[in-house]
Amino acid sequence: MSKVDFLQGNEACAEGAIVAGCRFFAGYPITPSTEIAERMSSRLPEVGGVYVQMEDEIASLAAVIGASWAGIKAMTATAGPGFSLMQEHIGYAVMTETPCVVVNVQRGGPSTGQPTKASQSDVMQARWGSHGDYEIVALSPSTVQEMYDLMIECFNWSERLRVPAVLLTDEVVGHMRERVVLRDDVETVERELPPEGEEIEKPFPMEPDDLVPPMPVFGRGHRVHVTGLTHDERGYPATDDPEIHRKLVTRLCNKVRKRAREIHEEVGYDFEERESDVALVAYGGCARTVIEAAEELGVTVFRPKVIHPFDPDLIRDLLDGYEVLVVEMNLGQYVEMVERALDRECVHLLGYPGGYPPTPERVIREVKKLSG
Amino acid sequence: MTVVDWKELIRWDRMPHILCPGCGNGTILNVLVRVLAEKFEEGELDPDKTVLVSGIGCSSRLPGYVKLDSLHTTHGRPLAFATGIKLANPDLEVIVITGDGDAAAIGGNHLIHAARRNLDVTVICANNYIYGMTGGQVSPTTPRGAKSTTTPYGNPEPPFDLCELVIGAGAPHVERWTTAHPAQLSAAIARALEREGFSFIDVLCQCPTNYGRRNDMRDPREMVKWLRENTSTRDEEGKIRIGILRDEEREPFLKRMYDMIEEVRTSEEGD
Ligand SMILES: Cc1ncc(C[n+]2csc(CCOP(=O)(O)OP(=O)(O)O)c2C)c(N)n1
Ligand code: SF4
Repeated sequence: MSKVDFLQGNEACAEGAIVAGCRFFAGYPITPSTEIAERMSSRLPEVGGVYVQMEDEIASLAAVIGASWAGIKAMTATAGPGFSLMQEHIGYAVMTETPCVVVNVQRGGPSTGQPTKASQSDVMQARWGSHGDYEIVALSPSTVQEMYDLMIECFNWSERLRVPAVLLTDEVVGHMRERVVLRDDVETVERELPPEGEEIEKPFPMEPDDLVPPMPVFGRGHRVHVTGLTHDERGYPATDDPEIHRKLVTRLCNKVRKRAREIHEEVGYDFEERESDVALVAYGGCARTVIEAAEELGVTVFRPKVIHPFDPDLIRDLLDGYEVLVVEMNLGQYVEMVERALDRECVHLLGYPGGYPPTPERVIREVKKLSG
Repeated sequence: MTVVDWKELIRWDRMPHILCPGCGNGTILNVLVRVLAEKFEEGELDPDKTVLVSGIGCSSRLPGYVKLDSLHTTHGRPLAFATGIKLANPDLEVIVITGDGDAAAIGGNHLIHAARRNLDVTVICANNYIYGMTGGQVSPTTPRGAKSTTTPYGNPEPPFDLCELVIGAGAPHVERWTTAHPAQLSAAIARALEREGFSFIDVLCQCPTNYGRRNDMRDPREMVKWLRENTSTRDEEGKIRIGILRDEEREPFLKRMYDMIEEVRTSEEGD
């Protein structure tokens, strides 16, 4: 039976992970994400899972990736500085096609910045933080309910595509308390497995169905070699062959890119269309006040839940012809992607770093400036 | 499938390997696969449940030549990956292969914490006193005064004794051998695999290309001879102590973790 509870965003996130099937958490405490680790440390043993506090964030994501290769769903949670430390292993997870979930409860930066304040300034780090070409999935919740729901989506997309998925949330949503329905009719996705007990000659085929090969698991007789080096279909290092590198990296990107629209549609987005010249765009904690402003002004508002992969066609379909105002708690990150999709002249930014979302009044003032 | 012959454990389709002629890592690989083949044959270990994990460096390439599940990770972090593998599936036998730079420089933090936790893994550290893969830079085990590409005037820093380091951090089973002692090394690996908890084997080995060449031991045989002559299983003035340096019982990490989970679950049910 579904249960209704009154929870903090971070607590709901942990509950979402558990219903999604997560049975391993490795992390290192950092504000404002710590409650996720705390809740997992008490909840995981109850369901037979393992919580381990590692020596740092680098070790945390490494342990998560190890656990994933040992066959279980695994996650970590952190904030800006820890997310920075994890970047090498995000790339490793991409290259080795390891499902795993990283929650980033964003806080103000750069550096240790504002530990207890909200921010949305890791949008680009989630996309480009690790070296090399890659694509991941990043979802951004605006409510405590969505902390729960999108956490499940993160696990599902991560398993489906064999990529790291990031719950790119922020202190506002992480720390607020709201009513949340802890659904029990949750649909969970399990990674596709090759048959047990068979050696796999080509664990990393060049052109697998839907670009995602079934995932071997350690201890099931597959005898696979997994490496972060550019590898051939057998998983063997092949670092000097430009063709192999090109094909591998293109597939790794395409398996996410080609499903961008599908991911947006499955996860969902809010689009409140109103008779107006201006459309507001916001996501995460910041979207809450922006939606209020849009209602007051009677203007169109778009709230994506999927931040990466970005789908320029969707943005064009929805927002072409508007004067678009992107509101975010940074000096401009998501807005750059919107600019690439639309006529640049029509895209504007209310960038609002500092630790709080702008008030609806502040947004209204900005819109009024725009409409002259 | 039970593997009887060590030859079946080699990924022949990857030969020739990348190691230089005379490299000590060759001896380590040779000894390791023979011990594994024996353990598999005797039924003490299951090849399908044995996982090799390594970081980055010449030594860390060894798992790629062995036909078992293997994870070639990032520089310095194999023990952190191994922690996740082992905790997620305690049935797996996890062997970590690392180098002195991998284990003690970039990976030093993971090394001491894995030892402190008494993580149930066997660590084989190919300690060649140098960064082989990147071309011979100083490492945390390079002796004082030795030449490397980044200590052209001789190393001004004192080195780590890796065995003392992990003993200090709580490792219950620690041995040191060299590539001049293949039989003893083989026995050491066998002992380590029989034990639960953290086993650390420091293997002093030759890197003729990047260490020997710069330190008057160009010929690998000279280096092996040096290793034989400058090590002793007794405390001898001027010699490096080899042998079993610690062998104690300590509650392994997995047991503590899974006992706790079990306790939580049964008390929940009782509520
Ligand atoms: C984060 C990171 N820093 C640096 C390197 C470059 N690097 C590769 S191997 C290596 C040193 C290897 O030395 P060691 O662990 O002693 O192994 P050996 O090659 O001597 O066996 C370094 C510094 C890297 N791959 N990743
Ligand atoms: S550089 Fe040194 S450690 Fe690396 S393969 Fe050559 S001899 Fe061995």
